[in-house]
Amino acid sequence: MNGSALSYIRAGNVADALHQGAQPTAAYFAGGTDLMQLWKLGVPRPRLVVDISRLPLADVHLRAGLLNIGALAKLSDVASHQHVARSHPLIVEAIFASASGQVRNMATVGGNLMQRTRCAYFRTEGFACNKRAPGSGCSALAGENRSAALFGASAACVATHPSDLAVALAALDAQVTVLGSDGERRFGLADLYRLPGDSPEIDTTLARGDLITSVEVKDAERFAPRSTYLKVRDRASFEFAVVSVAAALRFDGGVIVEARLAIGGVAPMPWRLSECESILVGRTPNAESFSTAAALAVRDAQPLAQNGFKIELLKRAIVRALETIGGPQ
Amino acid sequence: MSGDGLVTVSLILNGQLRDVAVEPCASLLDLIRDQLGLTGTKKGCDMGACGACTVLSDNRRIKSCLALAASYDGSSITTIEGIGTADQLHPLQAAFIRHDALQCGYCTPGQILSGIAVLAESPKDRSAIREAMSGNLCRCGAYPNIVSAIAEVAGL
Repeated sequence: MNGSALSYIRAGNVADALHQGAQPTAAYFAGGTDLMQLWKLGVPRPRLVVDISRLPLADVHLRAGLLNIGALAKLSDVASHQHVARSHPLIVEAIFASASGQVRNMATVGGNLMQRTRCAYFRTEGFACNKRAPGSGCSALAGENRSAALFGASAACVATHPSDLAVALAALDAQVTVLGSDGERRFGLADLYRLPGDSPEIDTTLARGDLITSVEVKDAERFAPRSTYLKVRDRASFEFAVVSVAAALRFDGGVIVEARLAIGGVAPMPWRLSECESILVGRTPNAESFSTAAALAVRDAQPLAQNGFKIELLKRAIVRALETIGGPQ
Repeated sequence: MSGDGLVTVSLILNGQLRDVAVEPCASLLDLIRDQLGLTGTKKGCDMGACGACTVLSDNRRIKSCLALAASYDGSSITTIEGIGTADQLHPLQAAFIRHDALQCGYCTPGQILSGIAVLAESPKDRSAIREAMSGNLCRCGAYPNIVSAIAEVAGL
């Protein structure tokens, strides 16, 4: 790799990591699968790499309905965890739809959530990009924008968040625990992210030095019998989503009593569809209910020149995901 | 191990302890090829897409081009040179030959390392092998034969 000089420090413990990570030129480094690519693509590197990969934050356990996933757990270890497979198959499906076997052995849960939003221009030197060089403009607005966001984008950036896992976790109301200079705080996954607005170079709400320590999913085992992650992509494997849907339903007496829907590949963050969930509750699971929810999902879509096809694709993906889990058991 | 300048890394590479000083930004792939001289591991895309750089780290397959060398201090790395020899091929290497699972051969070391890891996962059928091998590209298009070679060793 070329570029500016870089120093490497391996954090000995969490306190050490927080101290080192708070320096203005520092960045945390875990699995490295996203950062190494971006640095090779010329996205500016930090001066100091703080290697957190050996901190004791990789445990995965399920106790009394609370699934706790250490931020440094590898994707493959979460997916092969017997308790997760049984209690939260939606998470496992989303992980197996992610990247490749080699990358899943390297990438961590925290790093997966912290992936930069993605657009070909951000990843290519020589084009205007407000994420790469704030104020330089957005080449995708009038350029190649087939993969661009339908929701939550701005005139400054139309990139999408690439994580499959985040979509599944959003549907399950996951909470993120973060350690920072003011101690520990916990908040919903949606609040980890921010929309690009006028400053798309900032993807998350984390302050300098903040460290994600774990992700928790509480009391979501009830969705295990009826949940699915549907990922539509340009090839069968090892590809980002064009659109994706995490769906979960719960029935009582043939009527939907609870619904969870989140979508990916269409926004700068995992996109929860709360209104669609509400409209499904109390209905019978049938084609009309599902298509009503799908139509509502795309009501506020704002397509660009090349990504309008995602609207119909997303509607059909939502219907298919609901059909997959909405039949008789 | 910290601060400015070179970082000292100790690896067990194919069973042998190797100590080497690396640039903080060096990839494990560049360490293996350029500094330790084992060129069996290939650099294809250098971006984590093609899988030609696949090695085993503590028996898990990884893409060495996306691995920061400094971060792998203390790990046990296996490359194609640690898998078999011309006289004593690994069963998967022998199966690749029987099934004509290569043409130019550039991707083959990565395919073999990845395939060995997939065999340890006990794939249930050819389609599971195809999915599990999606992180290894073959521009010659030997995919059906690669799957056949792995399937044979898996007993499918």
